[in-house]
Amino acid sequence: MGTRNYRRKTSHSESGPGDGGRTGSWRVERPVVDRSICIPARRGKEACFICWLFCPEIVVSRTIPPTIDLEYCKGCGICAEECPTKAITMMDEAKFAQEGKE
Amino acid sequence: MDKDYLEIRWHGRGGQGAITAAKIVAGAAFASGYTGVVMAPSFGTERRGAPVMTSLKISKTKIYDLSPIERPDVVVVLDHLLLKEADVTGGLKPGGMIVLNTPAGHETYAFNGFGLATADVTAISVEAGLPHGMVNTGIIGSLEKAIRLLGIDILIRGIEEEFKTRRPERNSLAAKLAYEHTVTGD
Amino acid sequence: MHIIENGNVAAAMGIRLCRATVIAAYPITPQTPLTEKLSEYIDSGQMKAEYIPVESEHSAMAVCIAAASAGARVSTATSANGLLYMHEQVQWASGARLPIVMCVVNRAVGAPWNIWNDQQDSVSQRDTGWMQLYCADHQQIIDTVIKAYWIAEKSSIPVMVCYDGYILSHTYMPFDLPEQEKVDLFLPPFRPDYVLSPAEPANLNTVTLPDTRVDIHGELAHGYMEIRYLLQEDLRNSLELIGQAEQRFSEIFGRGTDPYLEDYLCADAEYVALGMGSITYQLRVSVDALRAEGIKVGVMGLRVYRPFPDEAVAAALQGKKGVIVFEKALSYGYEGALASDLKAALYDRLAATGALPRVRGFIAGIGGRDIRTAELTSSLRSAIQETTHTGPLWIGLNL
Repeated sequence: MGTRNYRRKTSHSESGPGDGGRTGSWRVERPVVDRSICIPARRGKEACFICWLFCPEIVVSRTIPPTIDLEYCKGCGICAEECPTKAITMMDEAKFAQEGKE
Repeated sequence: MDKDYLEIRWHGRGGQGAITAAKIVAGAAFASGYTGVVMAPSFGTERRGAPVMTSLKISKTKIYDLSPIERPDVVVVLDHLLLKEADVTGGLKPGGMIVLNTPAGHETYAFNGFGLATADVTAISVEAGLPHGMVNTGIIGSLEKAIRLLGIDILIRGIEEEFKTRRPERNSLAAKLAYEHTVTGD
Repeated sequence: MHIIENGNVAAAMGIRLCRATVIAAYPITPQTPLTEKLSEYIDSGQMKAEYIPVESEHSAMAVCIAAASAGARVSTATSANGLLYMHEQVQWASGARLPIVMCVVNRAVGAPWNIWNDQQDSVSQRDTGWMQLYCADHQQIIDTVIKAYWIAEKSSIPVMVCYDGYILSHTYMPFDLPEQEKVDLFLPPFRPDYVLSPAEPANLNTVTLPDTRVDIHGELAHGYMEIRYLLQEDLRNSLELIGQAEQRFSEIFGRGTDPYLEDYLCADAEYVALGMGSITYQLRVSVDALRAEGIKVGVMGLRVYRPFPDEAVAAALQGKKGVIVFEKALSYGYEGALASDLKAALYDRLAATGALPRVRGFIAGIGGRDIRTAELTSSLRSAIQETTHTGPLWIGLNL
């Protein structure tokens, strides 16, 4: 099957899940949010969301509490680095694989 | 297995040292009279932890064809978890050999039509005094046990030369122990 | 002594052995390990040189021009868009008659963005007045770098040493590491006619008029046209220098081939495949397969692209029924660049004989698309056996 009738003649990649593949498989560490420290989680209101703002892949949700889309989170650790209250910890992915969690 | 021309594909993760392992085997093969050796890592963007492939062609005569290996004789898998993430046996010739680092027993696998050699190279390497996860020297011992191409001694010398400033005896011990403990099902 | 290393390291070792004293380069995949190796050599003291980190390839070439003008033996290396970025200075360097040796690690040019191998980068620079030498394996890379300095310094013309990105640059294979003493014997220290000097101030490559002019000594000095003519004349005469370099190299190092063409089974061939770089070695496998079918075919690897060795190529192909060109670049809007250059050479040299070999062209490996040997073989077979061929045909296209 060929590409003759593809709608464009240039290289054109659009934002959206999966154009780079299942990038979650790249992870060596995953971010874990401690809800007792995370400001919006603690207060039950919209606040902070620095993790959502800084995530380069938009896998952190702007919700109370913020959640991580593990299908695409690459484990870069920027959210943990930027969190002002250090509510996010990067944990070894192998630990989760062994325990059968995914 | 044609001992005059052999194609070996290595499956590892970025940063795990598959390239170094292939390079050591290439050097030992060349020193043993294989005039043609070509080792090619996966070409492209790299990242730690991602599945990568290295190809090694060994020949008694100069190799002119540098195109990717399509039908390897041997595949070496540095980490059993890769079995789920990459098509490690893709193209493997019928009767071809799989060399696998795994904590599971040889009998737990059923690769029909292929030979299998297993060892817990991760544990063996730790036993030899290496940090957890450094399996690229141990796996060389498993490979030699599986294909009996060059003799373990020349590979030991190659390992010690490559690692001469980085714990050479521990690395060569990992290879020796893996060579002894690799199960080939024969 | 044989060692096993990758093509980038082979190139870096060649530059080190030639005792280059100034390196100015900017990293770009797949050249980067070459420049990193050079900076390691300099940092460790193995190479007595200055590494001048620059912020772009344009500046890299500008620094090379300045340093060469001051009498240093200089080198740089680049690929693809890096080469294109320095293009203005590339043209400058040849017009300024500076013997800079630049490794071009062949990579596809953007857009779209692509880091893998093809030869569009260097081939698109074939008109610049630089020499271009192509390598098919690591021995050729290190040997050609060494020859390049000698040729460049004898002719005062810069030289590009081109080799396939990834396929050669990142692949490991054995090659003989030339001994330093022999390299020193082959390549004497760089002694240019004029070196930038406060004691004899001069203005280099100034505005040059269309017409000739009388200089301060009362002598008639060149106009722009004469200077450019002399570049062309010296480039054409360099074909002989390239032959001399091969001869000297072979006397000192004990190895060498034809300076322009690497021949495999061409003597009694009716058809000849032609290419540049690693693809010519891969074609040997195809040639062997077709020979086993009774087809009389050979492959010729072109080692010198500029100056184009038209006389040698035409002589080698005279009497052949056909030439099949396999290339990784084209002159967009027309056809494969090598195919065009070949046809011009055959027409000029052989049309009068009344027997021109048929020329067919293939484009392969663009943007690093894998070239499967089986596809190469069937393309070569079909070009020989079929009478219709509107080319160039692109191998492995998925349209």
